[in-house]
Formats: sequence, structure tokens, C-alpha cells
Amino acid sequence: MSIDKDKIKHTAKLARISLDENKIESLSKDLSNIFNFIEKLSKTNTGKVNPLTSILDQSLRTREDEVTDGGIRDKILENSPNKNEEFFIVPKVIE
Amino acid sequence: MSEDKSKYLIDGIQGKWEVVIGLEVHAQVSSKSKLFSGSSTTFGGDPNTQVSLVDSAFPGMLPVINEYCIEQAVKTGLGINAQINSYSVFDRKNYFYADLPQGYQISQFKNPIVGEGEITLDLKTGTKNIGIERLHLEQDAGKSIHDLDPSNTFVDLNRSGIALMEIVSKPDLRSPDEVNAYVKKLRSIMRYLGTCDGNMQEGSLRADVNVSVRKEGDKKLGTRCEIKNVNSIKFMQMAIDHEARRQVELIESGESIVQETRLFDTKKNETRSMRSKEDAHDYRYFPDPDLLPLNLDKNLIEKIKKNLPELPDQKKERFIKDYSLSTYEANVLVSEKEVAAFFEEVIKTADKKLATNWIIGDLFASLNEKNISISESPIKAKEMVSLINSISSGLISGRAAKEVFEVMKDTGANPVKIIEEKGLKQKSDPKELEALIDKILEENKDKVSQYKSGKDKLFGFFVGQAMKVSGGTANPQLVNDILKNKLK
Repeated sequence: MSIDKDKIKHTAKLARISLDENKIESLSKDLSNIFNFIEKLSKTNTGKVNPLTSILDQSLRTREDEVTDGGIRDKILENSPNKNEEFFIVPKVIE
Repeated sequence: MSEDKSKYLIDGIQGKWEVVIGLEVHAQVSSKSKLFSGSSTTFGGDPNTQVSLVDSAFPGMLPVINEYCIEQAVKTGLGINAQINSYSVFDRKNYFYADLPQGYQISQFKNPIVGEGEITLDLKTGTKNIGIERLHLEQDAGKSIHDLDPSNTFVDLNRSGIALMEIVSKPDLRSPDEVNAYVKKLRSIMRYLGTCDGNMQEGSLRADVNVSVRKEGDKKLGTRCEIKNVNSIKFMQMAIDHEARRQVELIESGESIVQETRLFDTKKNETRSMRSKEDAHDYRYFPDPDLLPLNLDKNLIEKIKKNLPELPDQKKERFIKDYSLSTYEANVLVSEKEVAAFFEEVIKTADKKLATNWIIGDLFASLNEKNISISESPIKAKEMVSLINSISSGLISGRAAKEVFEVMKDTGANPVKIIEEKGLKQKSDPKELEALIDKILEENKDKVSQYKSGKDKLFGFFVGQAMKVSGGTANPQLVNDILKNKLK
């Protein structure tokens, strides 16, 4: 499978990554190679094997339903580039 | 002309169009803390005070799942007669938005915790089963506030990470009325189970509505549009009606429907395309590497199953069987858990038939008028019992009872006291009533002779006079008997 320029631009846009136009060519080559390898793996017959989600042979750890966190607004907002006393502030999102 | 008038069809130039609707209901789990963090879920807190480092997606933070939320999802699954999956997986649903600090929502994609199920709707035309495709657990996003500043959007993450159950129906719904019945039934089931408070004003229950149209009789589904995040049943109904008409117009003018996400503008009563969601369907789901698969213990499922409360359908059957209620009466009384409890409390010591009529009739009317729920009713079960027993024992007439109720509905006062204060106690002494009636007949000799010469209708006039003179306290049955006797 080849990953063309448009696909790379689209993926970068979805991930909000800025792309250097000059690098698209080499990225396309690298990613195509990776996908070619995945395609090779896909040829293995796995019809009777369930997909493996985790390599750990453990079950999900759970916690009790108790309020143990929060109330740290100043800390949460501290690193935000734009904020007031209560909110994060971001450029206007128009729906 | 359509044979079945109850069928909801859109009239087009080219004929009748059927509307196909599927709902994705987002129900907030009634947990104290969030799905993957220990922050509070209380509604209406100061902005960003119920946010942990996990909810705001600080680097290196790890999600730990709330076991109570898992149990509520299982419970709800059992309540909608669904398959519980002992193996499920949490996935990342990737999209970029200011109120989603992680850059992805933790959700369940390929392996949801609950699979196919079914709920039964009671419609005017009978019952109809609606298929459930799945139920999965996922995180809520934060809240963007657009109207506090002309050039900026403010973000409050209090809601970020709250546990939601997304309940996806099959495209089995065919009209706004069915959608109304479906959401109400689902809400009722979850409220009986205690898994979601169903408070639509506070956003605990919202829905994405999928709408498509097809020519009546067609089997193939049309292209659908998804109307995002509608938070009241009324708006869902309006949005469906508008969207279906828009699609019919488009198709009939030779255009085709583009599958897209739309927004319902409640002020303009129209849906419009959400450009911001253009790439929305490219979610790039993959299993969240921070979370292991969820393996449910069979014993836990069994334990939850054993402890399920009586659900609306079961309660309805029992009310019909044990209390000889009509299907309609039973449906109305079980729709809200609190109403059913009120009814059962009242009939422990009061007449069933009278209780049914007074609760469904006068009590509901007064609650609707004040726009309050039965839990907020000034009239408590004890006072209702006392009113009904005053009627059954003949202490007051049905007419006087209405007068007593008028006072009760505002004050919640004890009906026996009201009866005393207003002197509404029913006159059931035959001698006293006879004297009263004699006087009336004496004063209306002309009408008596008219009656005797065949003007039967005047009987009502005499009864009315007796009630009027007695201030509504004369026992109507006795008045009838005495009058019949005297006018023979």
C-alpha cells in the first residue's frame, strides 16, 4: 500500500501537526514501507485467533466510586497560554 | 390516502415518504466520581473546580476505571434485555476540539460492554419492540461557552471525563411520536434501575438523532443525516420533522442526500450542516494502551441480575393483574417510579378505583398546571388517602371532594380539617334532606306539575336545587332516592 501525499497531508491535519512541505516526499516513502510490512503480516492466516488488545495477562484494575480529586483550578489553569480566573480561553469556535 | 392514519408519512410531490429514525442516547451514569478519575460529577459547580490532572490530560496521567460505572452499564444492559459481554475493550476515538483536552475520547468501539437488546413501547396503536444495537461506556467532553466574550470561547472541563452510557438503537423508529415513547421508556427504565437520573434540563440525557427517508414500501434504507446533541424530546421531534421534510424536498428536486452531521437550531427551527465536523468520521479508533481489556466476572453479572428492581413493564403487568387497572391506567401510573410508589402507598389504605381516578385525574392535572413532579407535590400520600376515605365513607360527596382538593393542591392541608372548616360534611340524614326537598318542591310547584306531565328533564333541576340549597353537602344518592319517591 502506498501512502500518497494527500493522505499524509490529511493525516497531519487530523492530528494538528504542521508539516514541512519538503519532508512530505520522504515521509510518504517511510510510511509506505511501514504499511508494506504490515501488509506482509496481514497475509498470515489468523482466522481462528482473536485480536490481542494487551500483552499483559491481567484484568483491568478498578477503583471505588469516591470523590478523591479536583478542587485544583489554579494548578489546572496554570500552564494555559490564555485563561482568566475561571476558564481556559481559546480562539472563538464557531458552530 | 393512507389506510392507517396513525402512520407518520411525509407528503411529497412524488408520493408518500416514510421516515426512518435511529437514536444514540447519551445517558450520564449516576456516579459520584468520573469514569477514569476521582473528580466530582455534581451538576452546577464553579467552572473547572471538578477537574483533576487526568481530566485535563496532563502528560503522564493514567486513567483508572470506576467500578460503579461498570456495574451501572451492566445493570442498564440487563434492564433493556441485552446481551452482556464478559469481554470488552476501551478505544481511543480521536478528534480535535478545544473541550477535549486529551485529543481523544475514551470510548468502546469494536467490543462494547453490552450488545443487542430490545425495549417495548406502548403506543396508541399497540405495542412495538425497538431493537437496541449496543450500549457502551465513554467519557463526556468539557463545555465550550461561546457567549461570554465576542472573540473567544471559554472552556469549562467540569464535565470532562464524566461517565456516559451511549445507547444505540436500531433504525426501528418511524415517527416523532415513537421517538417520544422510546426516550421516555428508556429514561423510565434507567430511573427505575437508578443508573441515570434522566434529568434532561441538566444534560444527563441527550441524543444524536439519525434520520433518513424512503418511499413508502421501500425496503432499502436511504442516506442518513445525524443531528447532534439534542437535549429535549420536543426538540428531537421538531428536528426530525424538519430534517425529514428537508430530505424529501432535496430528493424530489433531483438532488441526493450527503451523509453528514447537522445541528438543530432551536431558535430558527431548522437543521444546518456542521462544517467543523467535516473530518469527524475519520476517528482513527484504536485500543487505548493505558487500559487493559475489561473482563467481567460471571458472578458479578449474576449478582446484579438477582438484585434488579421491578421494572416498568413488570410493574405494569402486576398493576393490571392485582389491581384490575386498564392498560392505559397502568401505563400512566408506572411511567415514573415515584408515581407508582405514591399510588401503591395510597392504595394500602384507600379504595383502588378512586385512588386511580384521583391520581391520574385531579392530582396529575394540578401537578402539570404547576409544572412540578410528584415528589414536589404539596399533597402527600397520607392526605390523598384521607381525602379518598372521606369519599368512600360518605363523609363528603364527590363534588365537595373537588372543593377540598382545590385547597389541598395549594396548601397540602389535611382534608378532614378543610371539610370541617368549610362545613362540607355531607348531609345524609334522610329527615333533614326530606325537609329540604319538600321546601324546594313547594317553591317550584309549576315545575313539579310540568314534570308530572312528562317533562322528565326537570328531575335534574330539582337535584341541582337541592345541591345548591345545601351548599353542595347533600348526599346526592339520597337526594335522588327521596326525589324519585316524592315525584312518583
